Amino acid sequence: MDMRFSDADLAFRDEVRAFIADNFPPELKDRSLYSMTRDDLLAWQRICHEKKGWAAPNWPKEYGGTGWSAVQKYIWNEENARAGTTPTNAFGILMLGPVLCAFGNEQQKEYFLPRILTGEHWWCQGYSEPGAGSDLAGLKTRAVREGDHYIVNGHKIWTTLAQHADWMFCLVRTDPEAKKQRGISFLLIDMTTPGVTVRPIITMDGAHEVNEVFLENVKVPVENLVGQENDGWTYAKFLLGNERSGIAGVARSREAIRKLKLMAEQESVDGEPLLETPGFSRKLAELEIKLDALEMTELRTLAAESQGRGPGPESSILKIEGTEIQQRVTELALEAVGHYGLVFTPPGPEAEAPAIGPDYTRGVAQRYMNMRKTSIYGGSNEIQRNIIAKMVLGL
Amino acid sequence: MDFSLSEEQTLLRNSVQSFLAGRYDFDTRYSTINSETGWRPELWREMAELGLLAAPFPEALGGIDGGPVETMLLMEEFGRYMVVEPYLETVVMAGGLLRDAGSEAQQEAHLPGIIGGDSVWAVAWAEPQGRYNPADIATTASASDGGYVLGGKKAVVEAAPWADKLIVSARSDGRRRESKGVSLFIVDKAAEGVNCRDFRTIDGRRASEITLKDVQVGPEALIGELNAGLPLLQRMLDEATAAICADAVGCMKALNEATKEYTTTRKQFGVPIASFQVLQHRMVDMFIATEQATSMAIKAALKLDAEDAERERAIAGAKVQIGQSARYVSQEAVQLHGGVGVTDELNVGHYFKRLTAIARRFGDEDYHLRRYARTG
Ligand SMILES: Cc1cc2nc3c(=O)[nH]c(=O)nc-3n(C[C@H](O)[C@H](O)[C@H](O)COP(=O)(O)OP(=O)(O)OC[C@H]3O[C@@H](n4cnc5c(N)ncnc54)[C@H](O)[C@@H]3O)c2cc1C
Repeated sequence: MDMRFSDADLAFRDEVRAFIADNFPPELKDRSLYSMTRDDLLAWQRICHEKKGWAAPNWPKEYGGTGWSAVQKYIWNEENARAGTTPTNAFGILMLGPVLCAFGNEQQKEYFLPRILTGEHWWCQGYSEPGAGSDLAGLKTRAVREGDHYIVNGHKIWTTLAQHADWMFCLVRTDPEAKKQRGISFLLIDMTTPGVTVRPIITMDGAHEVNEVFLENVKVPVENLVGQENDGWTYAKFLLGNERSGIAGVARSREAIRKLKLMAEQESVDGEPLLETPGFSRKLAELEIKLDALEMTELRTLAAESQGRGPGPESSILKIEGTEIQQRVTELALEAVGHYGLVFTPPGPEAEAPAIGPDYTRGVAQRYMNMRKTSIYGGSNEIQRNIIAKMVLGL
Repeated sequence: MDFSLSEEQTLLRNSVQSFLAGRYDFDTRYSTINSETGWRPELWREMAELGLLAAPFPEALGGIDGGPVETMLLMEEFGRYMVVEPYLETVVMAGGLLRDAGSEAQQEAHLPGIIGGDSVWAVAWAEPQGRYNPADIATTASASDGGYVLGGKKAVVEAAPWADKLIVSARSDGRRRESKGVSLFIVDKAAEGVNCRDFRTIDGRRASEITLKDVQVGPEALIGELNAGLPLLQRMLDEATAAICADAVGCMKALNEATKEYTTTRKQFGVPIASFQVLQHRMVDMFIATEQATSMAIKAALKLDAEDAERERAIAGAKVQIGQSARYVSQEAVQLHGGVGVTDELNVGHYFKRLTAIARRFGDEDYHLRRYARTG
């Protein structure tokens, strides 16, 4: 057993570190994704793409990806988290790209992949529906073939950042007679098509992060079907596997804990730094130990992956533990700021004004609220436990 | 032993219930908290007319002779409807201080305004450096012109944007955190040198950061004796803590009902999600957490008039239990609702935020754990 990186990996890490230090625009550091403009959100990806061809860590080289090994991807994520860079765009790069690389036809690859890399196209994910959340295969959005088009009718919900999107990859039902998972197809929909309406949903932290997307007689050219008709579930599952890699967010949590400690150093309880009080330091230590364990668990999956054993249902462990840790960090931060945890600063002009309390208290309550989503989306933590029960434990 | 309500108490509860049921639906509250002012002064007047603002005062002072149990009943209903109006600050806190420690002249001057709904009060006790310790006071009061001059900063003063009067704790003697040397003053919010920066709180209310710069008050502004304000302040904060524990109980009960209702109607995989045993157990734990919180809220109310150490222990214990229960119930309610649970459109997220706020009002779990351990 050996838990060290190879010399080549260490050299790679230094290269990444230097590249980030020299190129990441400092004014974008640690910004909230939900108050950033589309161009701000894409700026880092564009820099990586133009300077290094590093926009898509998880794509094969032939399509403009990096072709990195699992360890290199891990290092890339780690270094970006440490530096507080804008996270990689989830929908185009992490989710759709690999699906198109694996299942798209030549025209689709040629047209869409480069536009994802440059950020010309922003993608959103149209899976969930009001009646189909955990039970995704129960989706009802209907696509009916008419000549060389599909006519799509339905209602998608929780569509993250659809307000920025040019395109949506969408699960639709093409065969209502078939058994649930069969009869679903994977369609690419241009958001400017007549009949597509986006309605914002405001979340309890005041952010505009999610949306409803209404589809009314939307005409989608048949060439925007990915893979085979009625085989969409296969691609969706492939995509979910990709979505879950990196979901542990170890490095981002590590960084969040570092900031939390800085806060807790500045807060004082009867003259003693909060960080040193027995109650708080114990909670913090417990959290860090959980994170240490998760880091090792992730490295073990990574090592297995490097030896050709792909991430299996065990990746559900990473999702559950990773999100619970992320939530706990924001909870402890809220605790750390004391009274100032009551301050509500919704995104918008108020958020730009000087903070009500010390600067580090800004947005702490909103982050606590916002992170509640992590145990709900991407397959809720209950569903992840069901997966482990069934697929890993064989119950 | 008897935990049932008297006939008058039942009547009081029924009347506040029907009052709120007709006036405080979710949409009305929603537009109120998003309005410019953030509250409903006309509703406040109606509350006065109904006698609610007179509840914790003796008849001799124009009240209806209610005690901690009456406050508990009202606060639980206010919690259920997430009432934003400043009952806690004006009636329980400022009113309570004037009732217990005000001079006859102060009571005559100010209680009619409170009971009649003409005057709104806020209590500025916390400071930016002090966290939850009410003795950690850097604001100063020095003798001047036969009265006092105040200077300093007060943190997160809830309801202050709506108030016309403040009660301010200041140090007239002694060092920061010393128990002696604290005094309490009535300050006109409009007085020269009082500066407020108003903001929204996460639970849809309003608060201010207050700066006091050479604020001159007369001798009649002092509540109780000079340098002897801390025990009064502490007693009042305990009463307020008991009150918000009841508020939290109202929120939790409402959340449990909402969660039960939702999970029995929401279907996934062809069945109501409440049929999944794992969710049933979670709802059972939410129920148990709420029962335990209810018990401690009742205990807090019944021990308010006990001697200091016994009272403090009951209050601290209640606040810890309420903090834990509130966190569990609010987080699970959101989780069990799935995506809709995190939206601003549904009441669940609003209860989540109210419980999150209550968990740190007047001290969080760590603060009260230490207090509990100290008084053991
Ligand atoms: C902020 C946010 C962003 C999102 N972004 C997107 C997006 O971009 N695109 C997209 O398509 N979707 C997105 N989603 C949707 C997300 O994937 C769904 O919310 C999720 O699948 C849960 O579905 P639901 O909300 O309908 O809850 P439900 O499925 O109704 O679940 C409600 C509760 O029941 C539990 N439950 C359900 N079934 C079971 C079971 N069998 N056993 C035990 N417990 C169960 C759940 O765990 C949950 O606690 C997003 C959601 C959020 C909150």
